[in-house]
Amino acid sequence: MDSCISLKHVNHFFGKKQILSDICLEVPYGCIYGLLGPSGGGKTTMVKIMAGILAPTTGEAFLMSKKMPERRIMGQIGYMTQGDALYPALSSEENLRFFGALYGMGRRELDKRIPEVMDLVDLAGDREKQVKNFSGGMKRRLSLAAALLHRPGVLILDEPTVGIDPLLKKTIWEQLRRISAGGTTIVITTHVMDETQNCHRLAMLREGTIISDGTPEDLVRRSGTASVEEAFLYYEREGERL
Amino acid sequence: MRVKALAMRILWQMRRDKRTLALMIMAPIIVLTLVSVVLAGPALQVTVAVVNAPSAYIQALDDNNIRVIQCGEDAAREALETGAVTAAVRIDSGKLSALVDGSDTARSQIAVQALTAAQNGMTLRGISGGRPDLTPDITYLYGSDDLTDFDHFGPMLIGTIIFFFVFLVAGISFLQERNSGTLEKLLSSPVRRWEIVAGYVTGFGIFTVLQSTLISVYVIYVLDVMMVGAFPLVILVTGLTAVTALTLGILLSTAAGNEFQMIQFVPVVIVPQVFFSGIFELSPAMEVVGRFMPLYYVADALEGVMIRGEGLSDIIGDLGVLLCCAAVFMTANVLLLKRYRKI
Repeated sequence: MDSCISLKHVNHFFGKKQILSDICLEVPYGCIYGLLGPSGGGKTTMVKIMAGILAPTTGEAFLMSKKMPERRIMGQIGYMTQGDALYPALSSEENLRFFGALYGMGRRELDKRIPEVMDLVDLAGDREKQVKNFSGGMKRRLSLAAALLHRPGVLILDEPTVGIDPLLKKTIWEQLRRISAGGTTIVITTHVMDETQNCHRLAMLREGTIISDGTPEDLVRRSGTASVEEAFLYYEREGERL
Repeated sequence: MRVKALAMRILWQMRRDKRTLALMIMAPIIVLTLVSVVLAGPALQVTVAVVNAPSAYIQALDDNNIRVIQCGEDAAREALETGAVTAAVRIDSGKLSALVDGSDTARSQIAVQALTAAQNGMTLRGISGGRPDLTPDITYLYGSDDLTDFDHFGPMLIGTIIFFFVFLVAGISFLQERNSGTLEKLLSSPVRRWEIVAGYVTGFGIFTVLQSTLISVYVIYVLDVMMVGAFPLVILVTGLTAVTALTLGILLSTAAGNEFQMIQFVPVVIVPQVFFSGIFELSPAMEVVGRFMPLYYVADALEGVMIRGEGLSDIIGDLGVLLCCAAVFMTANVLLLKRYRKI
């Protein structure tokens, strides 16, 4: 299979409510793929299906040619949740040691890797600090560090830059671009339109359907608008895919 | 009118929290009913095995509401060990010898009083067979004559306290795992569901060995509760109690949305177990209910070790039940985790 991640005719229901309708999506290897859309549109559900946490009600999901959900391939995925998933009583280092151990990383390996990722997210000085004393932005950065820890082949980040100031946001995106250049596939959800320029490809999601997808330039050109944000509003209005 | 606004908000919250409402009404009713059943139970029936005594003596015992079983020495001994009788008595040439099971202080006191009173009564009436100059020889098979109520309740209290705290702490810890999103993060890694449960049991297990050692040492050596058996056995029983409590706590935490709701389980899960655990006198029907509760077996095992000096082979049945409970709860936990991740 050519794509790193592939969703084929995925429909997902929570009880009677349909969250995703007939999603067909291909994420190429090494691509930074952005999922755009308003809150409640189904972005989180979609990435959870990609990460193997949810099994789609109907349809198929593939990651690195393995049919998801498949527990063994999860070691290749770095998942960053929408809310911070950290242990407040532990220090940032203890948190990272725990998550690292879940991925089978040994003590020596972690001794080397933890300072690296903490540096990457600009938390180098806060290794001993308890997470409950962290600000919101610091927690977000630590969550990102935890997702990067085991050098996964696929990064799935759910709204990673929420609550982060513009300067740090720029630094993080630099890191993500560098990681992507190294061959990692990155899937990002966001509802902040101006981040989309960083993405190689985008899919616009609204109420569980993909209203448009392609490169940012494609979307802008096809809709005859001037920016991705305007393109999104255009597709929402037009109500159909082009 | 800010005070009014705050008060109203609390009332609105209560109205929406049907569960708390139900609990605040039902829990007191249930507990009060239990207390009334337990404390208004049947009068203590004391049974004594008589190996050899004049019929007048047996009649005197009978008059004092003591149930008498006449049997041989071996049968009497066995009945004493299984708890079927409270005392075994023989009168030889006017000397009364009694072997008493002192582990139930209420019963043993009644028995000893009745045994000596019956003999005195015979002497007063001038019936032969009694020798008032020979003092009765009362030996305690279990316990002693200075056993207090705390000695009677002590073993069960150790078990209950450990059960209570471990249940809550483990349950709330798992609940927080769910609510804070770390459970989802765990399940996005290659960890297996059973590994999560096993990790919780091991981590909390180690902690509770420390906790139960401390509590047991304090109750036995500082508060001076009767302790005849082996201390390592006490730790073994309390360790298993903790494992059962923590697996039950984790299981029930799936039905709780927050810490407040978890605590609401205490009057439903812990309090009834205390009443049915066997330390109170219950009618036979109620006693059967007790056998469905883990704490019954904990109390039985701890009492066995501490007051009756039982060994591993004696309490193996109780331990087996606790192990089964823990195994069932653990399996249920692993299956319930499927709700959060299918695989």
